[in-house]
Amino acid sequence: NVFHSKAVSPTSAVPRGFRVLPGFQNESAFKIIDQEINPHVDQWEAEGKFPAHRIFKILGNAGILGVNKPVEYGGLGLDFSYSVAVSEELGNIRCGGIPMAIGVQTDMATPALARFGSHELKTEFLLPSILGDKVACLGVSEVGAGSDVSSIMTKAVRQGDEYVINGGKMWTTNGTQADWMCLLANTSDGPPHRNKSLICLPMDLPGVHIARQIDKMGMRSSDTAEVFFDDVRVPSKNVIGKEGMGFTYQMLQFQEERLWAVANTLTTMDIVIQETIDYTRQRKIFKMPVLHHQTVHFRLAELQTEVELLRSLLHRATALFIKGNDVTKLASMAKLKAGRLARELGDSCLQYWGGMGFTNDVLVSRFYRDSRLISIGGGADEVMLGIICKYMDTLPK
Amino acid sequence: MSGRVLVGVKRVIDYAVKIRVKPDHSGVVTEGVKHSMNPFCEIAVEEAVKMKEKKLIKEVVAVSCGPQQVQETIRTALAMGADRGIHVEVSAKEYESLGPLQVSKILAALAKKEEAQLIILGKQAIDGDCNQTGQMTAALLDWPQGTFASEVTLEAGHVKVVREIDGGLETIKINTPAVLTADLRLNTPRYATLPNIMKAKKKKIANVKPADLGVELASKLQVLRVDEPPQREAGVKVESVDDLVGKLKEAGRI
Repeated sequence: NVFHSKAVSPTSAVPRGFRVLPGFQNESAFKIIDQEINPHVDQWEAEGKFPAHRIFKILGNAGILGVNKPVEYGGLGLDFSYSVAVSEELGNIRCGGIPMAIGVQTDMATPALARFGSHELKTEFLLPSILGDKVACLGVSEVGAGSDVSSIMTKAVRQGDEYVINGGKMWTTNGTQADWMCLLANTSDGPPHRNKSLICLPMDLPGVHIARQIDKMGMRSSDTAEVFFDDVRVPSKNVIGKEGMGFTYQMLQFQEERLWAVANTLTTMDIVIQETIDYTRQRKIFKMPVLHHQTVHFRLAELQTEVELLRSLLHRATALFIKGNDVTKLASMAKLKAGRLARELGDSCLQYWGGMGFTNDVLVSRFYRDSRLISIGGGADEVMLGIICKYMDTLPK
Repeated sequence: MSGRVLVGVKRVIDYAVKIRVKPDHSGVVTEGVKHSMNPFCEIAVEEAVKMKEKKLIKEVVAVSCGPQQVQETIRTALAMGADRGIHVEVSAKEYESLGPLQVSKILAALAKKEEAQLIILGKQAIDGDCNQTGQMTAALLDWPQGTFASEVTLEAGHVKVVREIDGGLETIKINTPAVLTADLRLNTPRYATLPNIMKAKKKKIANVKPADLGVELASKLQVLRVDEPPQREAGVKVESVDDLVGKLKEAGRI
């Protein structure tokens, strides 16, 4: 056999993807990840940054960055189930930071622009982002406002045909490398859900300061920035859609954001379980493989069961969504479960790796660190619970 | 010349998968295991598509023999730029004993039917490692063969092939129609882009039965047993060169 067996691929009798696209999963996505990304992950994790422009260009050339975006701007015009299929494949990347960075580019910074932006804006910002020529970031969270988006303080004050922006953003994924930011700012003094606008902000404008790159416990290959705006002037035509609709536009894409995040987490969880099986099968303790101890293989069976349940929820929600249904409740449930299951799974599996699990040389410890963010970012668990309760009509009135 | 190139593509267990032998030692576990196109077949497809892009040939036809699932492999070839596909239907049971001789007979029959100018195959499949199909197909057709190709130049009426051989490189000139087999360094296959994968859904795959081509599938070979390679034994450390020579003499190696 000329090609040596190296990576571990999960085995299963059930096709794992929501959509099986011949040529995509094996020959395209897997190859790109296997040849262009995974060999460098350890290095990028150590350096605290992956080369976004280079990687996004490779993905852009493969048509992966605009799956559900309009064909006129380089996208494929497919429904969201294809975005989920792409996300599932990205879970083969041996860290959480890079899929997260890609997700910001494809499903967080660009959906509102694709839906509501002017032709001019889409040509300047959406098209190059889909082609992989420009790196995007999302500016919503601030130092003083994460879950409570309506309390953000960044202001964009209209002066003639410009906005003057003052304030700052926090937790900006891709922030140190981005060419433009999809910025949410207060553009008037009205009620907090109706006074905000989304603005396409070039990151090289005078007054935009990358204050620092944040040193995080996980997702280390994804550069996360704190950004300040000091009298930044941007043309007023850079507002996406209607002024005052920014908050609404952001909320509209939450279902997709959440389902997308669940999709790649599932694939990585499969891989962590499989690597744990392989490790414990060959590691001996008290004269027999660790895997042969019932507590170990039973626990892995429990975890795999939960992964399959969450996968079913993801596929069900996606199927409903592409038919035009509101899946806010299911998407929030899936996001909530993904964060909690990832923590449980990472913790249980790491234990079975013993001392090796505590080193930085193994995937399980990186997963343990990376996956802790899922319960926090993209909508904290507590926010998910509040949404579910709203749909269950159990919130105090 | 028809300007038509036939490319054989085989669906094999993905190169990155850890192979497991079945408990009954009749073969390896394939059920539920990740499969993809044989890497050398990918190189063959890439070479054919490049010829078409250079307008040296007119049509690339991707062929695969096997059960229903091989259609995925044909679709991948279509996504890489092949124009249409042919699925030679072989039942799962018959597929277990399908070997290079039967495939060669099928390819030879198809090449005649399609009036192919060239057949391009991978030099071998990473499951069987047989390295026979290309050679047998050429022999059955009485066509010249350019095997282990690391460079191919198509000219009017003939092909110049640079072959990777033990001593280095050998350049030959053979007349068309001919059979070529692709070696590792022939090219770097393109990633099938998602837009092309979606376009490939509309390209046609024809279904053909071996009997329609006059080919008998019965194999004269029977696999008796499959075993894993022997586990690597621990080595022995020696202190000096004399010790090493002594140990080698003991083991009867020198």
